[in-house]
Amino acid sequence: ASLFLSERSNLAGVRHILLVLSGKGGVGKSTISTQLALALRHSGKKVGILDVDLCGPSIPRMLRAQDSDVHQCDSGWVPVFVDQEKSISLMSIGFLLEKPDDAVVWRGPKKNALIKQFVADVAWGDLDFLIVDTPPGTSDEHISTMEALRPYKPLGAVLVTTPQAVSVGDVRRELTFCRKTGTQVLGIVENMSGFVCPHCSECTNIFSVGGGEELAKHTGVPFLGCVPLDPQLSQSLEEGRDFIQEFPKSSAFSALAHIAQEILVRASQQSC
Amino acid sequence: DCPGTGSTQAGRAAACQGCPNQRLCAAGATAPDPAEAAELRERLRGVKHTVLVLSGKGGVGKSTFSALLAHGLAADETKQVALLDIDICGPSIPKMMGLEGEQVHQSGSGWSPVYVEENLGVMSAGFLLSSPDDAVIWRGPKKNGLIKQFLRDVDWGEIDYLIVDTPPGTSDEHLSIVQYLSAVHIDGAVIITTPQEISLQDVRKEINFCHKVKLPIIGVVENMSGFICPKCKNESQIFPPTTGGAEKMCQNFNISLLGKVPLDPQIGKSCDRGQSFLSEAPESPATLSYRNIIQRIQEYCDQHRFQEEKII
Repeated sequence: ASLFLSERSNLAGVRHILLVLSGKGGVGKSTISTQLALALRHSGKKVGILDVDLCGPSIPRMLRAQDSDVHQCDSGWVPVFVDQEKSISLMSIGFLLEKPDDAVVWRGPKKNALIKQFVADVAWGDLDFLIVDTPPGTSDEHISTMEALRPYKPLGAVLVTTPQAVSVGDVRRELTFCRKTGTQVLGIVENMSGFVCPHCSECTNIFSVGGGEELAKHTGVPFLGCVPLDPQLSQSLEEGRDFIQEFPKSSAFSALAHIAQEILVRASQQSC
Repeated sequence: DCPGTGSTQAGRAAACQGCPNQRLCAAGATAPDPAEAAELRERLRGVKHTVLVLSGKGGVGKSTFSALLAHGLAADETKQVALLDIDICGPSIPKMMGLEGEQVHQSGSGWSPVYVEENLGVMSAGFLLSSPDDAVIWRGPKKNGLIKQFLRDVDWGEIDYLIVDTPPGTSDEHLSIVQYLSAVHIDGAVIITTPQEISLQDVRKEINFCHKVKLPIIGVVENMSGFICPKCKNESQIFPPTTGGAEKMCQNFNISLLGKVPLDPQIGKSCDRGQSFLSEAPESPATLSYRNIIQRIQEYCDQHRFQEEKII
């Protein structure tokens, strides 16, 4: 019996694994990861988030969990639950830092070692979805994460971009990374797509418009939608509030809900 | 606990027991090579001032700022400016400088930078890729190797200002550039942030990184600082400074706030078209901010040289 237990992988109870990627930094990967988790939770799903951004872990604050600690159990680390109902759990290097301002100044090999541990040694239990949030780029974190996750056949990756060409340029490279690593692309999200002035309702395309949609068309990848710049969303992220619950009429809500719906559809297709 | 991967105790200290990196550190794989350092020092002898553009956070405008700093400094035709892009996985500089599709040429004296103007040369991993879809899927050691080549094999010549644009984070690229440039004098780092706490929490780590590696901080630029609606002229804080923004952070760390730059849709457009925003929108409040910041950086560098000359 004990042999069976030690061989049962910590990911055995996870039904669907999805990655949130972008070649580009600051486009909203962590934002989309958390909002997706919240939306899926509101659909009655149990969700885990694995934050493999070791240098800039943003997820804890976005879910008001920045002061939490992680504990060990027999099968490894116990993830941090961000809510009373224990429907969203989270693992991030943010919980392992002694002081929040401590820089993690590690070269690749050390990062790789921790990522392997994060994938194998977190006792997730039973989850409907495990969302893996990544840093920008196509380097150690991405290679190691994909290698570690491959045996568990991830559902796929959501790629986030902003509309402008400079972002899209990096996301094209991320698509190549997905192709080379055999990662299914669930779709592209065009984030920060337009800003509607709360005073006069004029829409300004601060970071341009259309680049994400064009890229999806050009590469034959599903387009999951445009998410506008929404100060209420930014504020919610700052304060670790549940935007999906508290601001259903805000401009970004319907786009985010739509993305979650698409993911649910794809997941149910994989289950069949 | 960790003695530091570059220290002589790396891999050998008591704290190293059980660290997955122990064997690598103990093998001296991360110790700097004195012969290499000498070679770099020789190659970079003609560089007067070096400025690193850093941020803990991605997407705050490092490359945008680096490009505009380069344009701003090169406006003085008597100055020779070099822009080195060490973001190997996400090289944005070629597009921003209107050099997409350019390739690196080799000559007897090494790799030639790609010139935007006679007095403004650029080097980036982007120039080594043949297609916009090509991804550089490299682990740390290989990235470090390319960065070293950028410094050792590029025929930079005599440069007044070397600007180094970096990827977000505190990892291989950052450790390597500080290590390799220790052969040359780095004037300091300009740290870019946006106003919200989600950015600041990463940027504080970058500031601590600078302290750790003894890199002076010239100051902080707060980018995307407010947006003025072109129609009704009301201001919106799209990225709200819920914890006091860069201003409070600079006070806490006792470092300079070089300036705040508002959002302007023209910035992104100019970057996408490879044009200098400063030239395309000379009247924009953002241009004014950028120009003030660039001037302050120039003054900082000049002061440094003055101090050095005093010592001599």
